[in-house]
Amino acid sequence: MQLKSLTSGKAHETSFHSSRYLQLPLFLPFISALTQKLTGTMGYSKDQLLARLKELQIEFSQYEHPVVLTVEAQAKYVGNLGGALSKNLFLKDKKHRYYVVSALADTKVDLKVLSQRLGLGKGGLRMAPEEALGEILQVPLGCVTPFAVVNESARHVSLLLDQGFKNQECCFFHPLANDMSISLNAHGLDKFLKSIGRNPSYIDLEANPPVGKDQPPDLAAYVPSDSPVLSDLSEKAPSSQDSTGDSVGAATKTAAFTAKAIKPSGNAKNVKEKSADSARPSIPAADAGKFVEELLDRASALLLSEISEDSIKQHGGQLGAEVANNVKKCLREDLKNLATIFKNTAYTEGFYAGTRCQPRRL
Amino acid sequence: MEKIEDKNQQPEEEQVVNPWEVSAKDGGKIDYDKLIDKFGCQRLDQPFVDRVQRLTSRPPHVFLRRGVFFAHRDFNDILDAYERGEKFYLYTGRGPSSEALHLGHLIPFMFTKYLQDAFKVPLVIQLTDDEKCMWKNLSVEESQRLARENAKDIIACGFDISKTFIFSDFDYVGGAFYKNMVKVAKCVTYNKVVGIFGFTGEDHIGKVSFPPVQAVPSFPSSFPHLFSGKDYLRCLIPCAIDQDPYFRMTRDVAPRIGYHKPALIESLFFPALQGENGKMSASDPNSAIYVTDSAKDIKYKVNKHAFTGGQESIEKHRQYGANLEVDIPIKYLSFFLEDDAELEHIKKEYGAGRMLTGEVKKRLTEVLTELVERHRRARAAVTDEMVDAFMAVRPLPNMFD
Repeated sequence: MQLKSLTSGKAHETSFHSSRYLQLPLFLPFISALTQKLTGTMGYSKDQLLARLKELQIEFSQYEHPVVLTVEAQAKYVGNLGGALSKNLFLKDKKHRYYVVSALADTKVDLKVLSQRLGLGKGGLRMAPEEALGEILQVPLGCVTPFAVVNESARHVSLLLDQGFKNQECCFFHPLANDMSISLNAHGLDKFLKSIGRNPSYIDLEANPPVGKDQPPDLAAYVPSDSPVLSDLSEKAPSSQDSTGDSVGAATKTAAFTAKAIKPSGNAKNVKEKSADSARPSIPAADAGKFVEELLDRASALLLSEISEDSIKQHGGQLGAEVANNVKKCLREDLKNLATIFKNTAYTEGFYAGTRCQPRRL
Repeated sequence: MEKIEDKNQQPEEEQVVNPWEVSAKDGGKIDYDKLIDKFGCQRLDQPFVDRVQRLTSRPPHVFLRRGVFFAHRDFNDILDAYERGEKFYLYTGRGPSSEALHLGHLIPFMFTKYLQDAFKVPLVIQLTDDEKCMWKNLSVEESQRLARENAKDIIACGFDISKTFIFSDFDYVGGAFYKNMVKVAKCVTYNKVVGIFGFTGEDHIGKVSFPPVQAVPSFPSSFPHLFSGKDYLRCLIPCAIDQDPYFRMTRDVAPRIGYHKPALIESLFFPALQGENGKMSASDPNSAIYVTDSAKDIKYKVNKHAFTGGQESIEKHRQYGANLEVDIPIKYLSFFLEDDAELEHIKKEYGAGRMLTGEVKKRLTEVLTELVERHRRARAAVTDEMVDAFMAVRPLPNMFD
């Protein structure tokens, strides 16, 4: 049960409409920044978080203090209050996937070891750039905290928690702002994470198991498997009937954006942007409107390519029938596949709701 | 009576085809005619393909038209029953040994999806995570994790959730399924299973007792939540021909425990990029096109690693034409290029030397890229909740609609 502020829905709509009218070859990073800025203003606030914790009846204590940017500074204010301090790292791998590592301040965290345990090779993990903090976690500098995954933009971020938290009576974290620290125990943290659909699991961050051919990386399950925010449901002009073999090449015809293609793609003439909403992984909505827009976009792209001076000359009055036939032939399988995805998504929504349905009160 | 293959009688120089090893004679090509003969299955010829077209009122799948699915057992019985109004269900599966799936892995699933759509029948998909745990020495958790990851790629092939049940052995074995496993196990002696699968005294007992697990999904009573009361329901199994031994064993046992023999429809092996003699292997990423490959990767792999039948120089090529027998781009196009007329044209021009290898490769790159992109977009729409829903033990009331 995630609290979404009502205004965030509108922000999404705005970005969807505005990007539809910008039918230029837009660079992906620009769009990414734009939509994330628009959604960024709607990030979870400290007060919303505290209210939510109270609502969930999670026990915690809060302490206000001047803004702190480091664990040492934080220790000056809350170090003697009995709870354990946490250090929180925001990390990124080479495939632009993000991780929050939250550990006890004295737990040793070796990024090289962690990288191997995740199956990313030896140097696969880096500290995430500052901009990502604001865009993805929507917290200020020095404020990384496990609570940041409450934000939509952090849906894909993998959360790794130190099993050391479980042995502590309570631990200190920033509640989405650096001018306060809250202390709660691991149970409370778990309750909160479960309430936002996250499954909390704790790992031994100091362990260094061997990783090799016969010993698969033990933390491989923590690597986000879905591609982050922007991608997928953008169009391509169907290339199936194009047999002229023009030299632009495969990349143009099938320039669907994926998370990998985060570089300016000058080939992206045929691709239109979809809003960031469409690629959300867990519990996505089967959106009839978006579905129909995609079908219409494909059909109209195909129509436009079928109707040219040459084809008009060739078919004359019969062009309508000819084009109609071709459209049906080329799009049939494609559209059926899209429809099946839509159906499966709707069924899944219903199934999910059904498994959480309360029995009828008699 | 069907021949049950006795592995110990295979002379050294013969080709070897079983679930764990596929190798041709003298490093040459697999002789499929010999294989059909030795296994005792039937060729799937043109009259069959035409009959399928008539019964389903739609063009037959490209894999049928091009002879990719080329052999069968009792497929005609399935079609006869279908004509009489009797339905059947489909059963296929995957051994989740790795996260990376390549196009060869997708082939049985692409064909099964077509069968599901064309005949409007339900489908069960088995993920043999226990098998991989045992054979590849993976941990239980890792094999379960791989099963779920593979399930996402399988779902991305476009199966209809209201007609499809996906299950992993670790989750599902038990109850009615296990009862059938015991029934099957009682009918197969240790000697027989050693003869079929080649187990030795050094192999652990997990391996020896695994075959019933793969046999039992062929019987509708293994799925009481789906087919209760439908014990007569026939089963059709699309698979690659190396899986035949499992199902020969199953077909031998079935009448003894009162069930229909499952029917099979079997495919060729998908060649590695380096050629028929090469092996597609997970450790050599350049031997296959993976569903996670980017357009750039595909172009690179096709251009640099695909084995071609083109001649060494342009002049020689124009003179002699290409050797279509060994040319991998042509083979791959025959799997994946939908348009029959275009393929014929390319084969004619390339074989005569008028078209160059580069053009063929370019066309292949386009076709493969489109395929992989489509798969990737569908894959991105698959969530963990969707996997849970596909794998939930739930009734499928509309499975024959």
